[in-house]
Amino acid sequence: MSDSESLLEIRNLTVVRGGSRVLEIPSFSLHRGETVALIGPNGTGKSSFLLALAGLLPLESGDIIFSQQPIVPGFASTEYRRKLAMVFQEPLLFDTTVFENVAAGLKLRRLSTREINERVTSCLKRFRIAHLADRSARKLSGGEAQRTSLARAFATNPEIILLDEPFVALDPPARQALGDDLELVLRETGATAILTTHDQMDSLRLADRMVVMERGKIVQSGTPSSVHNSPANEFVATFVGMENIFTGTIKESDNGLFSVSVADRTIEIMGEGAPMESVVICIRPEHIVVSVTNPETTASTRNIFPSTVTKIVQLGLYAKVYLDCGFSLVAAITNQSLESLALQTGSQVFASFKATAVHVFRKSH
Amino acid sequence: MDLFFEGIRKAWSLIFGLDTEVLAVTLLSLEVSCSATLFSLVIGIPAGVFLALSDFPGRRFVISLVNTGMGLPPVVVGLFVTLFLWRNGPLGFLEILYTPSAMILAQAVIATPIVTGITVASIQNLPANLKLQVMALGATRMQMVWLLIREARLPLLAAVMAGFGGVISEVGASIMVGGNIKGQTRVLTTATVMETGKGNFDVAIALSLILLVLAFSVNYLLTVIQQRERPR
Repeated sequence: MSDSESLLEIRNLTVVRGGSRVLEIPSFSLHRGETVALIGPNGTGKSSFLLALAGLLPLESGDIIFSQQPIVPGFASTEYRRKLAMVFQEPLLFDTTVFENVAAGLKLRRLSTREINERVTSCLKRFRIAHLADRSARKLSGGEAQRTSLARAFATNPEIILLDEPFVALDPPARQALGDDLELVLRETGATAILTTHDQMDSLRLADRMVVMERGKIVQSGTPSSVHNSPANEFVATFVGMENIFTGTIKESDNGLFSVSVADRTIEIMGEGAPMESVVICIRPEHIVVSVTNPETTASTRNIFPSTVTKIVQLGLYAKVYLDCGFSLVAAITNQSLESLALQTGSQVFASFKATAVHVFRKSH
Repeated sequence: MDLFFEGIRKAWSLIFGLDTEVLAVTLLSLEVSCSATLFSLVIGIPAGVFLALSDFPGRRFVISLVNTGMGLPPVVVGLFVTLFLWRNGPLGFLEILYTPSAMILAQAVIATPIVTGITVASIQNLPANLKLQVMALGATRMQMVWLLIREARLPLLAAVMAGFGGVISEVGASIMVGGNIKGQTRVLTTATVMETGKGNFDVAIALSLILLVLAFSVNYLLTVIQQRERPR
């Protein structure tokens, strides 16, 4: 973020589509230069939120305030829409050349030919598609088409760029390459952007802030690491890949440390808690250490459980090791560790994690 | 078959002998049908775009009416246009019955639902989010409509072909509102009917061939334009 000036503010926004309320956002603000990743499962209202922000959906109620100026409710004015740009999941290119596609928004603004040529040429280079300028948009690969769509959006120098899952239709190499280039462009231009995505890696790589949506509502907003490590509820915890989620009861609390009873085992956690209170605890798989010998109990590694390996799942660069330690745990370890520990189903091991690696929230009813 | 080849020979001599009557009938056919097609495009394309993009109660009913209109029998159109243009009819003051203008009006009534119906289908066949993408690029409403029409230009050429094909070949409406008056409202189709009725099959075949060549030439021209634009 270049500064903390609020560029866009939302107050009490509600949107109805097909007879049901799909969005209910009491407040949301976007700061100049910030990149926000909007995450959540399908049908949770991410795309509707972007369309509402872009002035392309009528609002049931609420205010959109852009640069301290309220935007008229309902379909927004051309003037407002021209300050934003939006990239959809599909490239939605026009049946003409790549150059003409990238120039489309500029021609709608009736800019001079010289300025159009300069801006289009610059954007084509920025997205590495200058060599495709004269090619028909119909002859592009998926990655090239989405690059053209992004170049078209950036060519208008928007104050806010809205990206609705721009990588979702791409194969992994194209996705990786375009993600890298987009990251670079966002950094170089200092653009203010909102990106919707399912992919945790995209949000971690591109976003300054992560906003989690559930059923049309924002359930958590924070830095990617805070959302990943301290989810607000079970829904967020599940969505951000917290595979170890348990319900337990606080046994005792003392001196900034409390213990929670889970399936007759006791887990020690850093923090304060009221005895007998029901809580949900979660631990990221990558925070669990698997060893074949009993690790020494250090000041922070307070939780050590003898376990049996029940399943090992290879996932490319790393593996998931499923453990039974009285309750089920999932640990993520590198393939190198998997080999050096010579793990296999039935192996007897120790699972350990720090008291600070456990995140706790009150049980939702 | 002799009659057929005689017809072709006759057509040859009528066309290349530059028969003034045949030439006049051919030119009037072209003038009436091209004008009617043009009017149908002017009315049908905006109407089709409106129906495709708007949302109002009864929209589906209106689209069903348009689709039904695509198969409107020319004689029915001819009957109602005649009633409207009749001296005591609501449009009788125009005094255009039995003139080429009446024929253009009747043919435009036939072609407009065809153009409208194909336009609705063409615009609705564009990607669902294209309209939103165009608006997100900063288009005004008029710019958005223009861009969508431009994107649907290939199927819209089919609308032109279908509209023109529908009117150049119709006879019922033209004969009813035009009256097949020699030198004034006689076109290729009405002349063919008349010559067949008189038993002049060779002339009728000649006129039919001219009509076929005419229809083919216009459609060939439009097809060439359409296929040149087609993505490969």
